[in-house]
Order: sequence, then structure tokens, then C-alpha cells
Amino acid sequence: MATQRIDVTKSGDVSVVKFRDRKILDEAAIQELGSELFALVEVDNRKTILLDFEGVEFLSSAALGKLITFDRKVKTSKGRLKMCGIAPGILEVFQVTKLNKVFDIRPDAGEALAAF
Amino acid sequence: MAEQPSTAAWRRSVKLPSERGSSRLVTDELLEQLGQHGWPPDDIFAIHLAAEEALVNAVVHGNRLDPKKTVHVECEVSPEYVRLEVTDEGPGFDPASVPDCTLEERLEAPSGRGVMLMRSFMTRIAYNAKGNSVVLEKRRGDKPAAE
Repeated sequence: MATQRIDVTKSGDVSVVKFRDRKILDEAAIQELGSELFALVEVDNRKTILLDFEGVEFLSSAALGKLITFDRKVKTSKGRLKMCGIAPGILEVFQVTKLNKVFDIRPDAGEALAAF
Repeated sequence: MAEQPSTAAWRRSVKLPSERGSSRLVTDELLEQLGQHGWPPDDIFAIHLAAEEALVNAVVHGNRLDPKKTVHVECEVSPEYVRLEVTDEGPGFDPASVPDCTLEERLEAPSGRGVMLMRSFMTRIAYNAKGNSVVLEKRRGDKPAAE
């Protein structure tokens, strides 16, 4: 694997994913990020996943595409995905594109973990 | 003591190579100038997002990563107004033909959000008739600050 884009820890049954990049916009980084996320489902067979965006300041529409594909892969494998810790600007991106209707978004990790 | 924001308009004309990641050749300096001109973080986020979408569209969809083509970028930053003009050498496209990504059936499509984001986060965007050049404008205080 090239540069690692995410860190994964366990909280009970939930795999908690944190992002190493503050800005998710570089095309190559987004490809790597997608591969690492997809492997959680397709290789590790993880079923309950929380994406914690704490510390992420920026993401582009190319990154949104990866998140949508990831969400679909989790749903297809009958898993559950939640997101939390999203900065106000990025939350506005989700609201403008109505992806807040597609993703299960919670304010913080505590609330997200309690909701699984 | 905090540095006083710059009041003089900053202008820059750049030719970008049609390769992935080249947007940083504009955005790094643009972000620095927005900070120096006293733009608030919410607006800097909005302008950065719109610029990134316009530049990636021009490089990837307009010029199709053709190394013989460049993307011409004109930037202007002043304390109250930002203008970016991004022109590629591609055949152009009709922005009205991009399907609405917020329609129920399009919600989960993995692409097609760039133009909508530019529209939402800037005061005004306008394409030329050919569809290979877009002007992005932002006026300070164009919308009330979020809670």
C-alpha cells in the first residue's frame, strides 16, 4: 500500500475511521482513500463503520463520489455506516447536494456510536 | 498586533498544465491572498471549493488531461470582491445539460456535483456561450453568516 490515508480503531463492534489528510482534494490521494475504505468492506468484511471527520477541513466533489460509492458498498454488504465530526463548511456541501439525506450524519462520535 | 488586511487588489494570470494536481499552482497563492485581504474562513472555504471544482473540470473534462493544452486562469482578489475566470481549450459544454444531482434518482450518482457547488458557494457564476470558460464571482457578505 502507498501512503496511508486513514487510521482504523475499534470501539466495541464499530470500526472507527479517521482521516489523516486535513484536505481531501488531491486526485491521487482520493483514489488511495477510496481503495483503503473499500478494503474495509471487501477485504476485512467489516459491517459497522463510523467515519469520523474530525480534523478534516476540506473535501472536493471527487471525494464525495468516493464516499457515495463506499456508502453503497457498505449497504450492499448489509453493513451500517455513519459519519460524524463534520466541519460546518463540509456539512453545507452535504446539505447543498442533499447527501445529508443519503448519509447517516451525527454531530459527534459519542452520539454516532450510541446510535449503532 | 495583528497585521492589517491588504486593501490593494491582487491580480494574477496563470497558465496551468493539463495534469492532475495542477490546481494547487493557483489555489495555494489564492488562499494566501484571501487571508491577506481579510476574508473570513467561511468565505475562504467557499472560494477554495468553487475554484477547485472549476479548475479540475477544466483540466479533466475540458482539456481531458491533454499535455498540449493549458488552462488559462485570471484571478482578482480585493477585500470585498473575488473574481476567477477559468478557460480551457476543450470543446465546451452546456452547463444546463448537467442533470440535477439533488433529484431523488441522481442523489447517489458518484459525479456531477461540481457546477452545483460552484453556484451555491459563489455569488455568481457565468459560462461563455461555448461553455469552455467560466467566471466565478464572490462579494463579501453575500449571505448571512451561518449560526
